[in-house]
Amino acid sequence: MDFGNILSFTAGQILGVDAIVYVLIAIGLNLHFGYAGLLNFGQAGFVAVGAYGVGMSVAIFDLPLGVGIAVGLAGAVLLALLLGIPTLRLRADYLAIVTIAAAEIFRLVVRSAVLRDYTGGSDGINGMARQFYALNPIPEGSYGFGPWTYTERGAWIRLIGLLLIILCLVVVALLVRSPWGRVLKGIREDEDAVRSLGKNVFSYKMQVLVLGGVIGCLAGFVLSLSRGSVQPDNYSTQLTFLAYTALLLGGAARVLGPVAGAVILWVTLAFTDTALRQAVGAGYIPTWLMDGVQVGQVRFILVGLALMLLMAFRPQGIFGDRRELALDVR
Amino acid sequence: MSDEPTRSAAATAALAEVERRPGAPKPDPILVADGVVRRFGGLTAVDVEHLEVQRGAITALIGPNGAGKTTFFNLLTGFDRPDSGTWSFDGQSLAGVSAHRVARGGMVRTFQLTKALARLTVMENMRLGAQAQRGENILSALLKPLWRRQEEEITARADELLRRFRLDAKREDFAGSLSGGQRKLLEMARALMTQPRMVMLDEPMAGVNPALTQSLLGHVKDLREQGMTVLFVEHDMDAVRDISDWVVVMAQGRIVSEGPPAHVMSDPEVIDAYLGAHHDQDLADRAASDDPEVAGASVQPAASTTDPEPRP
Repeated sequence: MDFGNILSFTAGQILGVDAIVYVLIAIGLNLHFGYAGLLNFGQAGFVAVGAYGVGMSVAIFDLPLGVGIAVGLAGAVLLALLLGIPTLRLRADYLAIVTIAAAEIFRLVVRSAVLRDYTGGSDGINGMARQFYALNPIPEGSYGFGPWTYTERGAWIRLIGLLLIILCLVVVALLVRSPWGRVLKGIREDEDAVRSLGKNVFSYKMQVLVLGGVIGCLAGFVLSLSRGSVQPDNYSTQLTFLAYTALLLGGAARVLGPVAGAVILWVTLAFTDTALRQAVGAGYIPTWLMDGVQVGQVRFILVGLALMLLMAFRPQGIFGDRRELALDVR
Repeated sequence: MSDEPTRSAAATAALAEVERRPGAPKPDPILVADGVVRRFGGLTAVDVEHLEVQRGAITALIGPNGAGKTTFFNLLTGFDRPDSGTWSFDGQSLAGVSAHRVARGGMVRTFQLTKALARLTVMENMRLGAQAQRGENILSALLKPLWRRQEEEITARADELLRRFRLDAKREDFAGSLSGGQRKLLEMARALMTQPRMVMLDEPMAGVNPALTQSLLGHVKDLREQGMTVLFVEHDMDAVRDISDWVVVMAQGRIVSEGPPAHVMSDPEVIDAYLGAHHDQDLADRAASDDPEVAGASVQPAASTTDPEPRP
């Protein structure tokens, strides 16, 4: 086994595009679930709207990148309004049902054969990142060191991704420490109490649904532009639930929770993947127990196990405050 | 404290001439309800023909379980919609007005099951009550200089209220760590942060230990001294007798009696509906007065064994 290889691949994931994308998705979910208590199980839908908004505009309708970004953002706002207006007056579980269904409907519609000319059907959209990389101010070459060595393209997408993360974190940090954030946390605890104090609960829930959805849509931009393509099946419910995993891992209702959670999640996935693969290759794990193909599944089993242990022994996540969980929330 | 008797006496005097019957008009009503009906399927939970609540007085709303008191509260404060009816607060119609607008209009309520916001500190609970906060707008929330001054004013006001309610030592604790009675106090203090003209308390004494009950009663009287109108639902008859200027009795959704506490508690309608014949006796007295009957029964063994009805 090549431990250097395992470690460097694992370390590389700290700045991996996957980690960056999941940090963004989880920041949006943190606003929804962590601060406002909204059960949005359709965050993948917002990510997909971002990806398809920019992908369809640029690659199929030949529009400038800026227009594509605007289309994606407008789409995310529209989706939030569409989901929120009928459900936000109802109990929390209705939002969960409607969002998970809406995200799946969106995915199944864009991958349908009928819309092949507009959405690329099940093949998705390719060659959509040309304009984005044409904007790259970084000259050709190799940047960084060790496991963090990138081409100018890799550096450019990471730069944009990190800037977006910083922007979102600053906005979230300012908001949750403000009276606006106080109303959100109040809604999470008991929305009738907040209503009885003269706050328009529906309006606040709508605002946070839009804001968190837009942050999810930014993740869709980064994901699709980094790959230069949009694949409909990347936006299934698994995306949402992995992002929830990252959020709970880091600690909900903590500004940096999503960052820590997403990075730890991807580092763990990378480590178990390479370590198991090498162990199988070197014969440490007999093939009757597991072969190289099965590693992809087994690593998720191990990560699931790690999560269960975490929830059992540190249910508040990495950054959480155990004191809060011990409270009688009735 | 010096003007306590005056406010209380003023309320008593104002209500002295009022007819003692359901729907009686008041000299200066702040809340007027007409024909408020709420049905749940075949059950008519609330059917209030006419009710006026006197400004600046403490009015108790009593009635047996299931009389529709809390439902009526929910209707008046916008937490539920009636099938029909109109009501107005200080001359403004509130029918169909949503709950948060009712609160903004100066009529604030508390809940039977206390709603302390558990994972917010006591201070954050209090601050949440303040109205028209600039920092509650999502855009100005991003710029602290826009709301810092207002936040300081709110905090000062909250600190003052917390001192009055003896919660100042708990200022930075999570509301979820408070005892049941402290939560009741916090909920009342938080409601006062909205600077209401009328306070609606849904069973403020429920589940509170006797020592705290006295202090809660004191706080409710304080509200009247500060010129607020209080309407409260309560089951504790001693509390009702102690603090209320006027009592409204509901049974099966209707108002069956109105009047000063002493009048209502001797009204046969009320006794039939709710209180039972022994309401003004202590348990010990009741046991004593029951004794001769028990003794009487025991000396007539033949009668008691042939009696098909078991003794109540």
